[in-house]
Formats: sequence, structure tokens, C-alpha cells
Amino acid sequence: MIPMRTLLAIAALYGLAVATTPLAAASIKIGMITTLSGAGAGMGVDIRDGFKLAIDQRGGNLGGVPVELIVVDDSQDVENAKEIANRMLKRDEVDIVTGIIWSNLVLAVVPTVTRAGKFYISPNAGPSALAGKNCQPNFFNVAWQNDNLHEGMGQYVTDKGFKKLYILAPNYPGGKDALTGFKRFYKGEIIGEVYTTLGQVDYAAEIANLRAAKPDAAYFFLPGGMGVNFVKQYAQAGLMQEIPLFGTAFSFDEDILRAVGEAALGVVNTGQWAWDLDNPANKAFVEAYRKAHGRTPSLYVSQGYEAALLLDSAITAVKGDLSNSDAFRAALERADFQSVRGAFRFNHNHFPIQNIYAREVVKIGDVVTNRLIGTVFTDHQDAYAAQCAM
Amino acid sequence: MTAQLFLEQTLNGLQQGVTLFLLAAGLTLVFGVMHLINLAHGTLYMVGAYVAATVTQVSGNFLWGVLAAVAAAGLTGTAIEVIALRRLYDRGHLDQVLATFGVILFFNELVKILWGPQALFLSPPAILSGTVEVIPGVPYPAYRLLIIAVGLAVALAVRQLITSTRTGMLIRAGATDREMVGALGVAVNRLFTRVFAIGAMLAGLAGAMAGPLLAIEVGMGEHILILTFVVVIIGGIGSVRGALVGALLVGLVDTYGRAFLPVVLRGVLSPTAADGIGGSLSSIAIYVLMAAVLIWRPRGLFQAYGG
Repeated sequence: MIPMRTLLAIAALYGLAVATTPLAAASIKIGMITTLSGAGAGMGVDIRDGFKLAIDQRGGNLGGVPVELIVVDDSQDVENAKEIANRMLKRDEVDIVTGIIWSNLVLAVVPTVTRAGKFYISPNAGPSALAGKNCQPNFFNVAWQNDNLHEGMGQYVTDKGFKKLYILAPNYPGGKDALTGFKRFYKGEIIGEVYTTLGQVDYAAEIANLRAAKPDAAYFFLPGGMGVNFVKQYAQAGLMQEIPLFGTAFSFDEDILRAVGEAALGVVNTGQWAWDLDNPANKAFVEAYRKAHGRTPSLYVSQGYEAALLLDSAITAVKGDLSNSDAFRAALERADFQSVRGAFRFNHNHFPIQNIYAREVVKIGDVVTNRLIGTVFTDHQDAYAAQCAM
Repeated sequence: MTAQLFLEQTLNGLQQGVTLFLLAAGLTLVFGVMHLINLAHGTLYMVGAYVAATVTQVSGNFLWGVLAAVAAAGLTGTAIEVIALRRLYDRGHLDQVLATFGVILFFNELVKILWGPQALFLSPPAILSGTVEVIPGVPYPAYRLLIIAVGLAVALAVRQLITSTRTGMLIRAGATDREMVGALGVAVNRLFTRVFAIGAMLAGLAGAMAGPLLAIEVGMGEHILILTFVVVIIGGIGSVRGALVGALLVGLVDTYGRAFLPVVLRGVLSPTAADGIGGSLSSIAIYVLMAAVLIWRPRGLFQAYGG
């Protein structure tokens, strides 16, 4: 006769098995590692708020499943980010990791995540190293490949007939990708190419050299506070009228313009999104964010929001069951959601194929903001996809 | 490279130097007189910048902003000294580093709670927002000239304070032999608070003056603090004269390095390699300078009064 205790144990095990194999998980754990302190904090906060906005609009769910979002500050430190990722995977047992701003951090964290069989959804950093030969089945970038916006600006200044350019970026993977991307589409001559220290605050020396080199125009990539510093100092040196300045949305975003003010008026910059893009999804998004935060969303907010929309669509498609990685991956690849930037789909390397827009810094009322002025690329894809065997 | 460009870069170096001096003067005094390693000195710089931006915005006058920043930094410094640092004078340097690092974290969070994580806006006063042609053919930002002038004036004032006031005499005496000053009946505690407050006000002034040039954001104090420590070490711990010379040296070497190293390297290397290596080399130039000074004079250029 089978003892009662064994029967109970069998029953309990059976019950457990039933409880863990239903179609939908009870909740989904998402780990968000992002920069919430120090100079990059503004970007991290925007990514987080965008992501949360999408969850809040769905009553705390994504794809109909309750979401447990664990947000941890990486303080823009590589070792820190790696440690957090390990903790999230082992202790918290998250299903998905997202949130990182910086390319050097993403390159350190993504192998840990994908090796554990989990998914990384990048709302920002898209280093070339993950787009080509070493593309990853479980890595998706919902924003851009690092080069994309810079490629757009390379094309734009070429179209506008500038022949002698001075270009500048910080010395880190994202900076190298930026200038590489710019040069891929810029056809004129480069008379100065400068790499500054990441986190540099004063650009007087570089600006003096730039003026002395007498270029037709200047192009720079300095994300976050670095960009605020550079643009203010460029304008104070009286160069805005003398040597036109071009950049990407990263340096002329809504949050940055609040800190730079009228110094940035007239600058043209490229982005994959603009708050005044005319589509219903975008109008609803801008409206909702303004209502919640009392200001116009930045590019980073839109990227955090879309990372959540992507997950929402994929979790819906697999009915909340993430246990089948192949099915979930296929659902992510379909990117079946209304993107706020209009047309959007994934390339086979899991990076976007999308339009790149030109925007101009203008003053509307007494707010310095961006206005959409044209489309530089339609259905643009990155230059590394061909090397990706996926 | 033209002579104009060289002169312009010299002005840039001077301007960076005097900003560093405003920070280094306070740090070196606290270090020399109180034997305290204060990592939170950059925090007072940040407080100065934030208060300057807010008060300028409200009052519409940059001067009020600067005065309020100096006052706020002085008060914050005094509070930090009385509440936290006073307990650390007899402890080892490691305890001081840990505690003052804690102060940094505390104030970074506090500033984020009060002002939010996004950078603040502060522009130079309208009359100084243009350029002046001090060097023929080179329009130079008027505001940067003002910083140089203010920095040099403060350097003179601090020198006056150290050499010909009673407080200055006590500061010099304290740097030489702290115990003896106490034994002679000077209220050392009060002297320390005064020294710390002076250092804090200088840091607040530096922050307010840097505000219109930079992004005013959480963490802005940490980056500049590293350079400030380099200045203090080069100049000699406890020496205000050393802080001035060290600050100008660091400012000039850093600026020249960034401005001219890539150009020089272009003479021997391909442009891409020169730009890449030049950028990396120039960012270590000041540390090479520090190492060289320390080999030549292990206690810094101006060793302070025996201490």
C-alpha cells in the first residue's frame, strides 16, 4: 500500500506541474538596467518613464499579463551593469532585460543575458558589434543601429552642398560608430576629425581649433550633458552664424533644448522620430505623456515606450507563455504594433528598418523645440545586416 | 598653427586654470590645515551652480544668482562640517574618504529630488553673451574673459587673506603645527569651521561662474574634483600659491594637449591614427605632468610651511 504521505507528495508535485504549465504565466518579470544617477540620468529617466507609460496605459499589464518591472540604476558603470544583470538573472529570475543607454555597457551585459537564454530588448544603444557578424538571436534593438541617425546627417549635409566638414565625437564605441556612420554617406572632404574624452565638460580648445580650421560646417555627436555644454559654448563663441552646426536628435532633444535654450535655434538634426510626426499612434502618445508629465516627450521617452509596445505585441502573440523561446522570438520579429514613428519593421539582424527624419530647432511660443522639416531616408537599414547570418 | 590660435588657446587654458583654482584653493586649505580629505568638495560646486541657476531665473539678475550661490555653498559647507566632518578629524583618511563619499551620494540624491534629473538652464548675462576681439581676428567669448578676471581677483583676495589677516595667520600656523596652535589657546574647532566655510564659498563661486558655460546637472562636481586633486598634489598640499600655479599649469597643459597634440602627431602619423592617438594622449597629459612634478618634487611645487 502506498503511504499517505507519498500520495500527498505525488498530488502536490502534480499540482505544481499543473500550476507551472498553464498557457499564461502569472506574471512576467522585466529587469530594467539604466542610468538614473550622474550626468546621464535624464536619458535613463526618460526611457523608464516611456516604458512605464505603456504599462500604465494597459493597467499594469503587457500582452494581458501583469508585469513586475524591476528598475536598477547602473550609474553608467560597466562593472556595475554586469553585476546588476547577473543579480537580475539569478536572484530575481527575470524573463527579459532592457533599458541600457550606453553602448559600452550593452556590450558587457548582452552576452550574460543571451547566454542565460533570456531576451534583451534595447531601447537605445545599438553598437555595430551586435548588428553584423556577432548578431544575437535574443537581442533586439527597437531604436536604431548606432550609425543610423549619423548616416542620415551625412546624407543631409551632402544634399545641402557642404564640402568641407569638421567632425567631433567622444572616444567610446558609440562615438566611433557615429563618425563612421556619418562618413558613410557624407561625400565631401573632412578637414578635422576629433575624439574627445567621454564626459568632457569644456570644449573651448576644440572650438578654437574648429574655428581656425575654417570648415563649411561642423558636425558633432555628444549625447546628454556633453551636448548641452558643447552647444552653449559653440554659441557663446559666436560660431552659430559663422559655421552652421549639425547634429543628431541626441543633442537637440526636448530635454536638452530646455537646458540649451535659444542658443540652439536653427540647428538641423536627424531623428527616427519627432513629436510632431503625423500619425494617430504618435498623437495619442504625445498627448498621454504631456498629460502625465506636463512636457513634450523626448526621443528617449519614445524609445522606452516602443520597447514596451514591442513586448506587449509579442507577449500577446504567445498568449503570455514565454517558455517557448522560438515562438516568442518569432513574435518579436514580427514587431506587430502601431509604432509612433510610423512605418517600422525589423531587419533579419533584429535592428530596425525605418525612416530617418530631419528636424529643425525652432521657437514655438516661448518654448524652444523641434519641428519636422523632411525625410532624409525612407526604409533605411544599417550597413552591417549583410554580415549577420541570422 | 597661427600665433592667434596659440594665444586663443592660452586664454582658454587660463580660463580653465582659474576655475580649477577656485576649487583647489578651498580643497588645499582643508587638506593642509584640517588634514581632511574631502571628496565632497565637488558637491559644493554643484550646489553653487544649481542655486545660481535658480536664483538667476527668479530674480532675472545673474549677480544675485552668484551671491546667492556663494552664500548657499558657504552655509551648506558649514552644515556639512558641523554635522558630519567634525567627527572625522581624529580618524584615518580612509574613514574620511568613505564618509565624504557618502556626503556626495546624499547631495546628489537631494539635488535630484529638489530639481529633477534633467539639466538646468543658465545663460550668461546679456551684455556678456557676445564676443570681444581681444586678439585681432579672434572673437573671444566675453563671459570667459570675465571668469579669468574674477578668478585672478579672487586669487589676490585669498592671498591678502592668508598673508595679512588674523584668520590667515591662524591658517598658516594651523598648516604648520595644528597641535601647537590648539595648545596656544586658539579655538581650533572654530578655525576649522571658518576654513571649511571659506573653501565652500570659493567652490560655490566656481560653480556659479561655470554655470553659464556648462550643463548644470547632478554629478557635475565629481568630474572636476579629480582635476582639482591633481592641482592640489602638483601645487603642494596646503599651499594656496601652489594651488594657483598648479591650476594654471593643469589648465594650460590640458588645453594645449587637446588643441595641439593631434596636430603635432599628424606630422608623423596618418590623420585617422593621429586624431585617435592624439585624443587619448591629451587626456592623460595632465597625469604625465603630475608624475613629472612628483619625481622632481615629491611634495609638490610649493610645499606648505613644513606641514
